[in-house]
Amino acid sequence: MCDSCGCDHDHEDVTIAVPGRPAVAGESHDHHHGPGRTLRVEQDVLAKNNHLAAHNREWLEGHKIFALNLVSSPGSGKTTLLEQTIRRLNGTLPVAVIEGDQQTLLDAERIDATGAPVVQVNTGAGCHLDADMVHRALHTLAPPDRSLLFIENVGNLVCPAMFDLGEAAKVVIISVTEGEDKPLKYPAMFAAARLCLINKTDLLPHLDFSVARCMEYARRANPDLTFFTLSARTGDGMDEWLTWLNDAVRSA
Amino acid sequence: MHEMSLAMSIVELVATEAKAAGARQVNRIELEVGTLSGVLVDSLRFCFEAAARETVAAGAALVIREIAASGRCPACGVEGAMAGLLTDCPGCGQYLVLDKGRELRVVSITVDE
Ligand SMILES: Nc1nc2c(ncn2[C@@H]2O[C@H](COP(=O)(O)OP(=O)(O)OP(=O)(O)O)[C@@H](O)[C@H]2O)c(=O)[nH]1
Ligand SMILES: [Mg+2]
Ligand SMILES: [Zn+2]
Repeated sequence: MCDSCGCDHDHEDVTIAVPGRPAVAGESHDHHHGPGRTLRVEQDVLAKNNHLAAHNREWLEGHKIFALNLVSSPGSGKTTLLEQTIRRLNGTLPVAVIEGDQQTLLDAERIDATGAPVVQVNTGAGCHLDADMVHRALHTLAPPDRSLLFIENVGNLVCPAMFDLGEAAKVVIISVTEGEDKPLKYPAMFAAARLCLINKTDLLPHLDFSVARCMEYARRANPDLTFFTLSARTGDGMDEWLTWLNDAVRSA
Repeated sequence: MHEMSLAMSIVELVATEAKAAGARQVNRIELEVGTLSGVLVDSLRFCFEAAARETVAAGAALVIREIAASGRCPACGVEGAMAGLLTDCPGCGQYLVLDKGRELRVVSITVDE
């Protein structure tokens, strides 16, 4: 409580800044409160995104579409994994894809070449997909009932963790070239995910990456994670992943 | 930079509240931001200024109250401050479970000074 003005702000925790001027610390608290009306708002800034995500989730569940939100650093192999997954499913399960990138249609073109329906969302400066973008993409894509929907998020291990899209689960992909310490450096993403895919295992002989240690680090952030180790390049480990997908869609 | 989209959400939320209250100008926005909310406060301020331009919140002061993250140990019940999501219990070394510090909330707005 501020003794000099009786306002209810804890000054140590508060910084006050006027746009265009450097921020100042709590002691120089602005004591000119003026005659304005103060209205309680008490609303979460992400409430609107969460509301739209709930709407997406309800729609997807109503159509028995099992949606996975794929998150990773750039280049961990998300698109390659999707190409291989779609080719190996070979039409046994309908698959549709929403691709998120800041720019270009490149990933959507790679998915298009597999024959699966795809839409590309370009976020421009945005570093993540949000529920509104996915909502609009769903209208264009119109995935069929009882299908599998992959949402490839923008390559970024930070921001996508904050934005619920309405997916059934987040899948975090880490490639062995990134180093096994990523789960310790970006725990929020691993905490938010249900699955963790360790990709590019064909490169393990050339590296000192320890799969066991990576898993141990990831479990620190999230003890309930399910792991798959695979190589989207050679196909090693893909069968377990495909079995999991088939089971998940059937019970969606 | 997700701070830009968060700043745009703040402006939208505040504009809705101001309109509902029949206000013409928002002068001050009070925010609670947890230290583990994943938001960079300086970046949020920078983005807010741009996002608020030519809206009812243009030029409004952002008063940010940072909420220090803290948690409790699931094993021994000890409470402690958390500098990151993976913070050891000072008592037994297990990870603390966060109970405060993820907030990102508009607490109040001051209008029509
Ligand atoms: N050796 C090896 N290379 C792989 C594997 N999976 C993907 N790659 C290669 O890694 C590079 C990046 O793969 P992408 O599939 O484009 O990665 P991405 O995660 O979709 O990338 P962004 O969308 O840009 O974030 C490409 O050169 C792939 O051929 C793998 O299992 N083993
Ligand atoms: Mg890609
Ligand atoms: Zn960001």
